[in-house]
Amino acid sequence: MEKHILEAHGLEVNEGQMPSENWFDRSETLQKLRKNKKFPTIWCSGCGLGVVMGALIRAIDHLGLKNDEVALVAGIGCTARMPIYLDFNTLHTTHGRALAFATGLKIARPDMKVIAIMGDGDALAIGGNHFIHSARRNIGITALVVNNATYGMTGGQYSPTTPIGGRATTAPYGNIEAPFPICDLAVAAGATYVARSTVYHALEMDKFLSEAIAKDGFSVVEAVSYCHTAYGRLNRLGTAADMMRALKDNSLSQTAYGNLSPQEKANNTKIVRGNFINIERPQYTAAYSNLITRVQGGEK
Amino acid sequence: MTIKLMQGNDAIGWGAIAAGCRFYAGYPITPSTEIAEILARELPKVGGKFIQMEDEIASMAAIIGASVGGLKSMTATSGPGFSLMQENIGYAAMAEIPCVVVDVQRLGPSTGQPTAASQGDVMQARWGTHGDHPIIALCPTSVRMAFDLTVRAFELSEKYRTPVILLTDEIIGHMREPVDLPDIKTIHIPEFRVTKKEGEYIPYRNEPGDVPPMANFGVGYRYHITGLFHDPQGFSTQRLDEIDPWLERVNTKLEKHMDDIALVEQDRVPGASLAILSYGASARTARHAMKLARARGLKVDLMTLLTIWPFPEAQVEALGERVERIIIPEMNLGQLAYEVERMAGRKKVRRVTRANGEMVTPQMILDAMES
Repeated sequence: MEKHILEAHGLEVNEGQMPSENWFDRSETLQKLRKNKKFPTIWCSGCGLGVVMGALIRAIDHLGLKNDEVALVAGIGCTARMPIYLDFNTLHTTHGRALAFATGLKIARPDMKVIAIMGDGDALAIGGNHFIHSARRNIGITALVVNNATYGMTGGQYSPTTPIGGRATTAPYGNIEAPFPICDLAVAAGATYVARSTVYHALEMDKFLSEAIAKDGFSVVEAVSYCHTAYGRLNRLGTAADMMRALKDNSLSQTAYGNLSPQEKANNTKIVRGNFINIERPQYTAAYSNLITRVQGGEK
Repeated sequence: MTIKLMQGNDAIGWGAIAAGCRFYAGYPITPSTEIAEILARELPKVGGKFIQMEDEIASMAAIIGASVGGLKSMTATSGPGFSLMQENIGYAAMAEIPCVVVDVQRLGPSTGQPTAASQGDVMQARWGTHGDHPIIALCPTSVRMAFDLTVRAFELSEKYRTPVILLTDEIIGHMREPVDLPDIKTIHIPEFRVTKKEGEYIPYRNEPGDVPPMANFGVGYRYHITGLFHDPQGFSTQRLDEIDPWLERVNTKLEKHMDDIALVEQDRVPGASLAILSYGASARTARHAMKLARARGLKVDLMTLLTIWPFPEAQVEALGERVERIIIPEMNLGQLAYEVERMAGRKKVRRVTRANGEMVTPQMILDAMES
């Protein structure tokens, strides 16, 4: 990877993290994007979801996982359509329930890497209960939450992450409900790996996703994106490129945030990017496996 | 041989273990909770897994996920929880994922009367989820039958790739009877799934009445499962030439195999012009009433439906042609009676209903014979 690109993203030159020269030839993932599925995707041109999908592919590729070892589970919404284009074991479920389906699958196949792909409405409104309980159990699932602060597929209603004042088709006078801070919620509920990046910072997202997928525990990556066709239009935020640029201008790294004065921190309105927690705690399927051993050993 | 005293809910738990169920997800609810308790205790002993989920929606989702991962899976609940499970039951029907859902019926609607029995979920078991779909529902009438039908529920679910509802009730669930259960090691359900990779695999090939085998995730066939209408490969489609063959296949896959699916018990006497038709706990009242009536010299047939969905049309239609009157005791305001009326005609049917949590009495049935 070119050094200036890495520097532009505030990343250190780490060869281990970056694709090597013949990466395409070696990559089972990239070679096997579903050829029998019609592209292009259903997503609007300019949508950030393509960047997230690219980051996911690169993260899985970086970890050297076989396609058969990976299961993608999704709910309903624009984001939840992602698995259909990817050549893994893919389960497209009901609205909000990706993590509950994923829980059953992970328990049946603890050896499999199970990744739940959800939008903000899917993960935190209708699926909010499953989100906090999956974190509490610390079950070995990666939750990839693409946060565009709106319900895009249904045309721009306000979501649990829409900022106060944001306009939506169901908040025509501006949203009056406070948004969920996804990462704080995940940490409080017990997730053992939590990180946030944006679709502008694609390489950083690769890194967080590969760490999250490698984590033996409930890991959460919030991928901050945008919806220029619905939310952007209703709030006069410009084109996809304008909204992408805004993610660059209105975000700062955890390190930069750490260097702010207490006063500046209190007044900060920018998105903080970073890995907020990475701790060890017994993973659910491993704990259950121990339980089986104990019970079969004759414990009453 | 060991005869044990146990309740229906225990028998369901043991039936699940015997059938090879190795995953249970559930949420506590009266009067089904004993099933969760016995499986929390017994599943780890056989290497199986139990989880108490955050609600019934998640429980239903988890058993589908585990089934996709290759484990025979079950949940158990009662009315309010059964209502919450409906969306994902439809998903299992649409995506053709085998799983077993036990509904120990209690008095409803709403919170109703948690400790009182009912047969109020008959229509919900058939039409509770949205859209046309196939479903199987089995109703045990005794503790021993609760065991047998649980095993049968798993077999039918695997064979026909469909959710199966074990539709029991508080009376069967909590009633204790002495039972002699078979050695669970003697019970074997054939393997209907694709468990290793050999050649091409089409997850949803469409031939009328056909049930293409399901490949477990991780076998090596990386395919797509969705609740959207899908083509033979599993990818969502809006094309009528792909949706119509799917509808044809899925909505005939049970009807074409009713010889295998419809479990009906009959106790006939020559020259009977009267029949009692029932299911579940009410079938016990029906049998008692039949004995009393026959002791009085009445010629009365008895038909007990162990399979209520798909409705055993052929058997009930034949009964309607044979007798002048069919009496249907139900612990609801008359739900399965609609189906009997459809097959035998309204004029032949007498409903005997009770929806206050108490059983229909034999005397109520005898009174209906005379009216």
